[in-house]
Amino acid sequence: MIKILLFAHLQEKAGSDQLMIDQVQTTIRDLKNNLKETYQLIELDQVMTALNEEYVMDDEIVKAGDTVAFIPPVSGG
Amino acid sequence: MNELFEIVEEPIQVESVIKKVERREAGAITTFIGAVREWTKGRRTVYLKYQAYVPMAVKMLAKIGDEINEKWPDTKVAISHRIGHLDISDIAVVIAVSSPHRKAAYEANEYAIERIKQIVPIWKKEHWEDGETWIGDQLEKVPYPNGKPDVKDEKHD
Repeated sequence: MIKILLFAHLQEKAGSDQLMIDQVQTTIRDLKNNLKETYQLIELDQVMTALNEEYVMDDEIVKAGDTVAFIPPVSGG
Repeated sequence: MNELFEIVEEPIQVESVIKKVERREAGAITTFIGAVREWTKGRRTVYLKYQAYVPMAVKMLAKIGDEINEKWPDTKVAISHRIGHLDISDIAVVIAVSSPHRKAAYEANEYAIERIKQIVPIWKKEHWEDGETWIGDQLEKVPYPNGKPDVKDEKHD
């Protein structure tokens, strides 16, 4: 399983702050495309991604047991 | 409790953040306090909610500390950011930097707040008098005014 974390407007739109995806291996890009279709999260085109708490690019490989967080533009401070 | 970089849900005690960077060799300590503003471009904020990806946010704050130590070698940095419900004038973030001389302390402190607004996974939700909005970036623009990106043929004047 791959754990997906959602924040801010993504979380509200999906109706959940966490999703579990039953896949052994994929890429960030495929994961985004998959979620865009399943949850109509078109905003995923405009967010950064963290794999196990580090920023990564879309071609990064994701494996079962990983945690992927989609990071909308941040607004702390 | 005495971590240099932390995300907290309780009010931040400014003095305790300053204490974390006090050192005998430091002749200067700069403190930045970020507070909740009532008016933004004519619009009135009633209160804010901050949300964070806490473990990663702490890591990114520590990363900013590392970057600062590299750029200004004799500095010590502490950053506390509050999340949850904040009212007007509440303190959202405190950054303290100590250094032997003042210039590095000023510069490093400004660098820290700029970097927070770029890489630390914290989101602000404005609760206005007439609605609520997740704020999309430090320029205080809404990422998608209609709740979604503009689609080309959606709107024509």
